[in-house]
Amino acid sequence: MTKLKTFSIGGIHPDKYKITTDSPIQDAGLPETVYIPVKQHIGAPAKILVQKGDKVKVGTHIADADGIVSADVFSSVSGEVIKVEAVEGEFGYHEDMITIRVEGDEWEPSIDRSPGIVRDIPYTPEQIVAKIREAGIVGMGGAGYPTPIKTAVPTDKKVDTLILNGIECEPFLTADDRLMVEKAEQIIIGSKIINKVLGIQNAIIAVDENKPRAIAALSKLTKRYVGVNVQACATKYPQGGEKQLITAITGREVPSGKLPADAGCLVQNVGTVYAIYEAVLKNKPLFERIVTVSGDCCKHPGNFLVRVGTPASFLIEKCGGLCDETAQVLFGGPMMGTSAFNINAPVTKLTSGILLLSDAMTHKELGTDCIRCGKCAEVCPIGLQPFLIGRLVRENMFEETRGCHVSDCIECGCCAYTCPARLPLLDFCKLAKSELKRKK
Amino acid sequence: MLKISTAPHLTTSRTTPVIMRDVVIALIPAMIAAVLFFGLNALLVIATSVAACVMFEYLFSRYVFKTGNTSGDWSAVITGLLLAYNLPSSMPVLMIFIGAFMAIVVAKLCYGGLGKNLFNPALVGRVFLFISFPVQMTHWPRPEFMNLLASDAQTGATTLGILKHLDAQTSATALTAGQHSLQEIPGYWQMFVGNTGGCLGEVSALALLLGLAYMLWRRVITWHIPFYYISTVFVLTAVLYLATGDVRYEPVTHLLSGGLMLGAIFMATDYTTSPMTKNGQILFAVGCGALTVIIRLYSAYPEGVSFAILIMNAFVPLIDKYARPRFYGQGGK
Amino acid sequence: MEDIVVLNILVLGGIALAAAVVLYFVSQKFAVADNPKVAAVEECLPQANCGGCGKAGCHDFANACAQADEAAFAGLYCPVGGSKVMQQIASVLGFAAVEKAPTVSVLRCNGTCENAPAKVCYDGVSSCRIAARISSGQTGCPDGCLRLGDCVKVCKFDALHIDPVTGIPVVDRDKCTSCGACVNICPRHLFEIRPVAADGSQVYVACRNTQKGAVARKNCSAACIACLKCTKINPEVKVENNLSYIPDTVDPREFGEALASACPTGAIIYQRGTASKETPDD
Repeated sequence: MTKLKTFSIGGIHPDKYKITTDSPIQDAGLPETVYIPVKQHIGAPAKILVQKGDKVKVGTHIADADGIVSADVFSSVSGEVIKVEAVEGEFGYHEDMITIRVEGDEWEPSIDRSPGIVRDIPYTPEQIVAKIREAGIVGMGGAGYPTPIKTAVPTDKKVDTLILNGIECEPFLTADDRLMVEKAEQIIIGSKIINKVLGIQNAIIAVDENKPRAIAALSKLTKRYVGVNVQACATKYPQGGEKQLITAITGREVPSGKLPADAGCLVQNVGTVYAIYEAVLKNKPLFERIVTVSGDCCKHPGNFLVRVGTPASFLIEKCGGLCDETAQVLFGGPMMGTSAFNINAPVTKLTSGILLLSDAMTHKELGTDCIRCGKCAEVCPIGLQPFLIGRLVRENMFEETRGCHVSDCIECGCCAYTCPARLPLLDFCKLAKSELKRKK
Repeated sequence: MLKISTAPHLTTSRTTPVIMRDVVIALIPAMIAAVLFFGLNALLVIATSVAACVMFEYLFSRYVFKTGNTSGDWSAVITGLLLAYNLPSSMPVLMIFIGAFMAIVVAKLCYGGLGKNLFNPALVGRVFLFISFPVQMTHWPRPEFMNLLASDAQTGATTLGILKHLDAQTSATALTAGQHSLQEIPGYWQMFVGNTGGCLGEVSALALLLGLAYMLWRRVITWHIPFYYISTVFVLTAVLYLATGDVRYEPVTHLLSGGLMLGAIFMATDYTTSPMTKNGQILFAVGCGALTVIIRLYSAYPEGVSFAILIMNAFVPLIDKYARPRFYGQGGK
Repeated sequence: MEDIVVLNILVLGGIALAAAVVLYFVSQKFAVADNPKVAAVEECLPQANCGGCGKAGCHDFANACAQADEAAFAGLYCPVGGSKVMQQIASVLGFAAVEKAPTVSVLRCNGTCENAPAKVCYDGVSSCRIAARISSGQTGCPDGCLRLGDCVKVCKFDALHIDPVTGIPVVDRDKCTSCGACVNICPRHLFEIRPVAADGSQVYVACRNTQKGAVARKNCSAACIACLKCTKINPEVKVENNLSYIPDTVDPREFGEALASACPTGAIIYQRGTASKETPDD
């Protein structure tokens, strides 16, 4: 194995808390009711195809992509649609969801449920992209950008490197880690599928070095698959950021405001690649994913295969329920995840974890004024000056933040994590970004 | 009731008071050295200075400026320690109070308190005392190792003072008043451990380097400012020394004497009054080093560290404006 | 010695001369031709520089006034100074005065701690605009007041304060100049500049929740449930998207009391006339 790779600008080393790294993926089981949001991606919400009273099966197409930047939605359970209207979502805002009462577990017959691994890829690139689109696959690392658009790189750009993102640098989360350990071969076949679309032969699977089991499982197979390489990376947050990963692996930088394809790279999360494998070779649309349920207040943490639409409270109950100390329930990791207003909100295609955290862990007592230590600028992986942005935002000088390149912020939260004065620098940056977008 | 908050949900435990406390810990070796060489008088000066600073911070932040009580965050303790380290052990108590007032009230709280002051408070206090009470401020008791009750009646000159008034022509023969001879300069080892005349905290390079090591280990500061400051002084004096052969430019002596170590490690690295970005800090440190050499060699004062840092402090807003960090995706392929 | 004195005089004098020449050319090059009218108008203005008129401060507004013709002038209005100041400006410029009823900012939410109890505890920076990004707020109402006081911070006239009991901001009608800063800053768009009747009375719907009545009531007992009772008092009251709105044309002196008492949830607020705001009569 070669030297550990990493990105050069900024970064932090938060405690890892990977307590579920050895728990095998379990089936979470079926809840009584699922709530499937029609918007689980960036772009336009999908158009609902079902009505109240309709019977659906597992894998039934229930909402159709509205336009190019959108994604299909599939039923994750079999049963009866009992409501097609807005339901209180994770943030307390009402979102359009399809509510299905679960009856049995009947799958669409087209889905290949056999346990064997399919290794032949008898499709053309166009067929593959179509299959990915028809499976409603979106970037499962958290961004939720529809995968078919990302995979079908415009012809004027030349992608020469495919990077599989197995970094998972957020504390607590181990969903991708377990997936790489248990589904290593499927992920590698998935990378071959994307290779075919891109017309290249190689793929680099980037895994950080605190996942030795995943590295071992993948490395064992790379001998059989020519062109696939495992690259161990130093453990550093936010290594899993697309831009940071490209720089770590290839040394290239994505120009400001441009796409990874402009740097000749395509980055796909390993979860997405697994979904691509299942969609293309097993005809299985995206309706379930791996979710880590963990946290310092979680009695029985673990990794679960969860149907999209399962209420978070169902998973929480399965893991021992909330206890007195639980102060916060997070969707996603503790660095970039969101804190749940409503714990009955459903797991979506993008939910990588559900964390139950104590007050002691998450409490942010308000700090002092800025002491000008400059640590935020030191850790910013983009090289921004968060202290400056924060000062401008506090004075409502949003126009001036444009000159600070705030729109390049990747919202990783390194600045707010590291600020000794506990200033909400990330909130300031996000506010500046949204204000600038609104004014544009 | 569940709690909701914005990301990131984890934050570092290294908050402002923790960092400040680490700086205080890093200053302890120099305190021990001061007591070892200057006796209990040193302890008296340090205790007075710290107590005065904390008291002024408490009273003025609470009752006068009403910015909320900030005396608990250890920053006043640091100012007090640094002020004391910049005074000779024979400093009268009343004057220490005046220095502490200048440092905390005028140089820090008048600007808005922690994080808003333009000049390093301890240095403002020191320079004020230095200009107002030049006699007391240049009265250097002789160091007596391990003599706790050392009296401050015995005085000598600092190494830099000796260099400044070195009379090259007459050094072999009779000394005129106020002139010094080369033989008075202590050896490198003596200067390194601190057995030399000077301010309390600045004499022992060894103790200060221990503090630096602790701060680097705890990641309170990065190596940039101390390294560039000290090496600028070293390189400039070395060039002059090699070019002229004049003993007054001897680089190692410049490195180990005076307040260079104290200034480079603890004063120039003060968060508030140094630039925020790495390249800015390097510029700042080189500027400090160059000014220190210029003042030491070409001005009326033997020592220039405090003035150099204060002058560069004034440039910090300008440096911050232009020294931006390298920006991702700006230059890369 | 003489030489040094002469040299000093020459050098310093030379520098002074050079600086004077530079200053002269700079002031020529960057001279701003100032309309004398601008200064006259500016003198009438309150100099709050609040931006309530839509211009970048009082000087900008004075500029606009001075350049405006009669028709354009009618479109300019200083909400802080009100009709009085506009009358003064009009006389300076020789135009007819624009008459506008006095206005005041109102908070269109009645989600007090009692009406809309908190469901979760917000532990973050005290800013509505930031809190609105991560949740519907402590109360669960997606359109309600977040109680963190961005409006209080932005108000330059000390006219807004968070009531410690109800938790929501209260407009001090005497101090409010209807500059509109609160209207712009509130992420929920809860403030509205509304005219005050001659006796100082006002009536408005203190709710902006467009959810169905039953859903809205779950979060807040004072939510508008679109029961249409108010439309029966005065047909000008409109109910759209499950939310009632009382237009300016409804006279609060006549209908205010009846509208407020007809509302079953208390979403309609009637401010009794106290003649606190300067009225056109005086």
